[in-house]
Amino acid sequence: MVPALLRLLCWSGLRARPLRRCPLGGLAAPVDMAARLRTALLLGSLLVLGACGGEPTRVEQGNRDGVLHVGNGTEPQGLDPHVTTGLPESRIQDTLFEGLVSKDPATLEPVPAVAESWELSADGRTYRFHLRADARWSDGTPLTAEDFRWSWWRALQPAIGNEYAYMIFPIRNAEAYLTGKLTDFDQVGVRVIDPHTLEVELNEPTPYFLQIVDHHSYYPVPRHVIERFGSPTDRFTGWTRPENFIGNGAFTLAEWRLNKHVRVEKNAQYWDADAVQLNAVMFYPTENIVTEERLFRSGQLHATNDLPTDKIPDLRQTMPAQLRLEPYLGSYFYSLNIRREGLDDVRVRKALSLAIDRDAIVDTVMKGVVKTAYSVVPPGTIGYEPPEGLIRFDPVEARRLLAEAGYPEGQGLPPLEILYNTHETHRKIAVAIQQMWKQHLNLDVTMLNQEWKVYLDTRENRDFTISRYAWVGDYVDPNTFLDMWTTDSGNNKTGWGNAEFDDLVLRQIPAMQSHEERLAGFRRAETILLEELPVLPIYIYATKHLVSPSVQGMPQNIMDYISFKRVSLEPSD
Amino acid sequence: MTEPVDATQEQGTSLWQDAWWRLRRNTLAVLSACLLLVMALACIAGPWLSPYGYEEQNLLLGAAPPSAVHWLGTDGFGRDLLTRILYGGRISLMVGLIATGVALCIGVTWGAVAGYCGGRIDAVLMRIVDILYALPFMIFVVLLMVVFGRNLLLLFFALGAVEWLTMARIMRGQVQALTQQEFVEAALSLGLSQRVILFRHLVPNALGPLIVYTTLTIPSVMLLEAFISFIGLGIQPPQSSWGSLIADGVETMEEYPWLLIYPGLALSVTLFALNFLGDGLRDALDVRAAKD
Amino acid sequence: MWRFIASRLLQAVPVLITVVTLTFFLVRFAPGGPFDGEKTVLPEVKRALEAQYRLDQPLWSQYLSYWGDLLHGDFGPSFRYPGRSVNELIAAGLPATTELAFYALLVAVVVGMGAGLAAALRPNSWRDYLPMALAMIGICMPTLLLGPLLVLVFGIELEWLPVSGWGDLPGDKILPSLTLGAAYAAYVARLTRGGMLEVLSQDYIRTARAKGLPEAVIIGKHALRGGVIPVVAFLGPAFAGLLCGSFVVETVFQIPGLGRLFVQAAFNRDYTMILGSTVFFAVLIVVFNLASDLLAAWLNPRVRGALRGQS
Repeated sequence: MVPALLRLLCWSGLRARPLRRCPLGGLAAPVDMAARLRTALLLGSLLVLGACGGEPTRVEQGNRDGVLHVGNGTEPQGLDPHVTTGLPESRIQDTLFEGLVSKDPATLEPVPAVAESWELSADGRTYRFHLRADARWSDGTPLTAEDFRWSWWRALQPAIGNEYAYMIFPIRNAEAYLTGKLTDFDQVGVRVIDPHTLEVELNEPTPYFLQIVDHHSYYPVPRHVIERFGSPTDRFTGWTRPENFIGNGAFTLAEWRLNKHVRVEKNAQYWDADAVQLNAVMFYPTENIVTEERLFRSGQLHATNDLPTDKIPDLRQTMPAQLRLEPYLGSYFYSLNIRREGLDDVRVRKALSLAIDRDAIVDTVMKGVVKTAYSVVPPGTIGYEPPEGLIRFDPVEARRLLAEAGYPEGQGLPPLEILYNTHETHRKIAVAIQQMWKQHLNLDVTMLNQEWKVYLDTRENRDFTISRYAWVGDYVDPNTFLDMWTTDSGNNKTGWGNAEFDDLVLRQIPAMQSHEERLAGFRRAETILLEELPVLPIYIYATKHLVSPSVQGMPQNIMDYISFKRVSLEPSD
Repeated sequence: MTEPVDATQEQGTSLWQDAWWRLRRNTLAVLSACLLLVMALACIAGPWLSPYGYEEQNLLLGAAPPSAVHWLGTDGFGRDLLTRILYGGRISLMVGLIATGVALCIGVTWGAVAGYCGGRIDAVLMRIVDILYALPFMIFVVLLMVVFGRNLLLLFFALGAVEWLTMARIMRGQVQALTQQEFVEAALSLGLSQRVILFRHLVPNALGPLIVYTTLTIPSVMLLEAFISFIGLGIQPPQSSWGSLIADGVETMEEYPWLLIYPGLALSVTLFALNFLGDGLRDALDVRAAKD
Repeated sequence: MWRFIASRLLQAVPVLITVVTLTFFLVRFAPGGPFDGEKTVLPEVKRALEAQYRLDQPLWSQYLSYWGDLLHGDFGPSFRYPGRSVNELIAAGLPATTELAFYALLVAVVVGMGAGLAAALRPNSWRDYLPMALAMIGICMPTLLLGPLLVLVFGIELEWLPVSGWGDLPGDKILPSLTLGAAYAAYVARLTRGGMLEVLSQDYIRTARAKGLPEAVIIGKHALRGGVIPVVAFLGPAFAGLLCGSFVVETVFQIPGLGRLFVQAAFNRDYTMILGSTVFFAVLIVVFNLASDLLAAWLNPRVRGALRGQS
């Protein structure tokens, strides 16, 4: 004990390492004074709190029983796919429900799911889905085209409060129906041809439609169960409780203990049940990522949901085989309120951008985990290559531009403030950028951190000059990162608007037929955006996981998507 | 509670000389007072003397263990920990002092009025205190910080508002006991106004227990501030307080334990000294009921 | 006696009215609403959501209907967890918090009274100074520091005990209980010492000693009963304090208790959950203060007499 404390005081020896399997295993240590003291101490506590009998860790036990234990961020708010919005919820929903198509976890290409095949009309506007005959709900009830139509009707009811309803808007008249301009659902582009054929008509050709039809807003929900528990548009009914739950996914809900875990078990009624290798998946809320990492090291989790950035350098040394760092379909940026004096001058915005040493932020603050952003759209999104040379670090040019704009050495520039929501990473980046602007532009920028809801409120009211913001793509297409900057987009709080950009994104690109043409169109749009700079890209997100070597079939992808039905456990030890 | 009061009257100012003499013989209390003085001076002067600014980063250095250049090491931004602890000490001590001051003002006025006026006013005022006692105050401080955002002034006020209740009770008890004494009647018969009596005579006489309780309130307020900062409310970065430094230190205690241990040490030692000093003062002034 | 209880319960009425009113209006002033999210919500959807939770009605009518529900024992639906009621959330968080508070109290009473007794029996010797110095450390060492330090030493460096959780791994309840109990153990030790010293100086103890009763009987049978009265008076508020103050420990150790639920609710603007847990805590405080007064009265014949006199 004493040497351990000494080590602690000399700030050494505290490296990440696998923790002992049984935390109380120290009882078997050789007899010395410390051990005796320890035994005495522990025996007292054990009487009260229960003993540790050299049991296997959860991971070892899980490998034997085919039970996967994963960290899952926060406690799920709910499991109704038309009600929830978060990633932890959708990860569980992905196991409990299945849409018409699904994704291959390695390539993210659409693969058959409830629909065994589909056709696209020549004009690119109408999909015809052929549902498999053996698709069933987990209570054995057949799953038909009518189920999808009814579910999408439900997802478009304002009363249900579906915050992701806009994902359905590519379907003809869906938006008009939700906003009440249209009251007849028959005019929405969803038609049941026969129990196993569903026809979907779109507003315009939507190349990414097969991707979004996999979104949880499009999941079928069991009408026959929901109506038993109340009105279909009631958010509060208990149909998603384990005792009532019926789904159509590879797994079904077995247990849901608040703030403890959610357990899903293999669904025997699933059409592809033979291919499902896991018997169960346990999802744990792991709000504290420091704790989550420790749980992994002590063999309590097969995979973590996230990792503390400060740990990465250490983990690179100690657990290279388990550590997985991959780019993620998300952009981190600062949005500027260009209605404020000073920021209304594009030269000032450029100066701010040129004075940010993004590589230094990525290397030091982010420990090289993320990638420097030279664009808002993450590069490599379905082959997209962003414009080059618009985002760079050039403090001399930055100073010159600032002086040219009439604010030499920052003289006379109205005060700027960086708004961010309370979070360690945001704070670190804000502090770093604050220093860079001070050093290179002689600007005294203040910082304002607000707790999440307050921050959202401030943004909503455009009561900021500079605000940290981020966007995670809803689907793999540049469109999800660019249509938010159109003049009337609810997510564009910068006050920036550009007619040419709007025309490109909203009218020209949707009409384009070929993939290359679209990519070129997006490139033009992004060039406009980055020359005008209402937004300063900082970095492209990355996913950070520790994954146990026994986990197979969980390839990394840019959407951080896990297809649990393809995961298997192969104990290597 | 009546004992010290009797003593006041018989011995007049010599009570204070007596107390001073007793306090000086209490080595622990004297040591604590010296330590507090040193700590306060260091926190006031330290950030000026330090070659580093509390928010000045060195991203290339990052978190470094204690060395000759950075005596207590640096945090993840390469900021000098010693400077940040001293700067944080300013905030923490200031919160302790000002919030206690707020509590003192409200509590003394409230208690003095209740005790002096007596009757129905007393009943109403003390019933309000009783009601407030039963409120889950910690929860209200959290709510206040959530509602009005992180704001130092609000923090002073909110923490002060939590701590004034006991002050009011002590003050009321003292004043009630004192109003029955002869010198008040004498003052009344001399034609002094009620306000003069209240603040010139009664308050000074009730000072002993108040001093003691104040010394003991400062650490508990500082602790509350640390709690609030710990759960992510409280002061605004890049400012630091001991509570926020500890909260940051906990995040990385495995990799950089010094970031937890030194701010923790600063807070604990200060709380220690304040409590010892409070105990010493209590013994010196012979106030028995004030602690609970 | 019954009148005493009744009057105390009557006193709780203004407390609860104050708590509900203050909290209700306070949370509504907080910027940001429960349905604000990173992506802008469609106005139609937002309106529908607000209607479902009665947020579209005037504030006073929401306030009145909240009282209506509250008097039926219904804290309302949670905003954060659709489909769950606040009653259910509190019920889910309560066991862990109660258990934690109970173990912490156990630590406080066993360790604290032991140390206090040891100190009181040999005043002004090292057996007095040592426990009292430790008690001082316990009082001055804030939970938010003690918890992480215990984790650092016993969880990470020595690897004897799990670093977080509650009931998931063997032994994971030890560190949180110790952390939460330490400060209270310190207070209990000081109170026990003070109480015992006072009782031991009383005449009846001297008489007992003079009669040649064995020391163990004197301490165990006669002195202890009087000596622990201040401790008992302290325990009621302490238990309430343990329940309400456990959120730091629950945060440090990731325990799914009420305290953490409350802090999360405050951050998420889960109006009903904030209100519900605040009211719940207030009720707990009232109940435990009352219980400790009654217990102290039962232990102390003089106060018992006074109570009877009152009725």
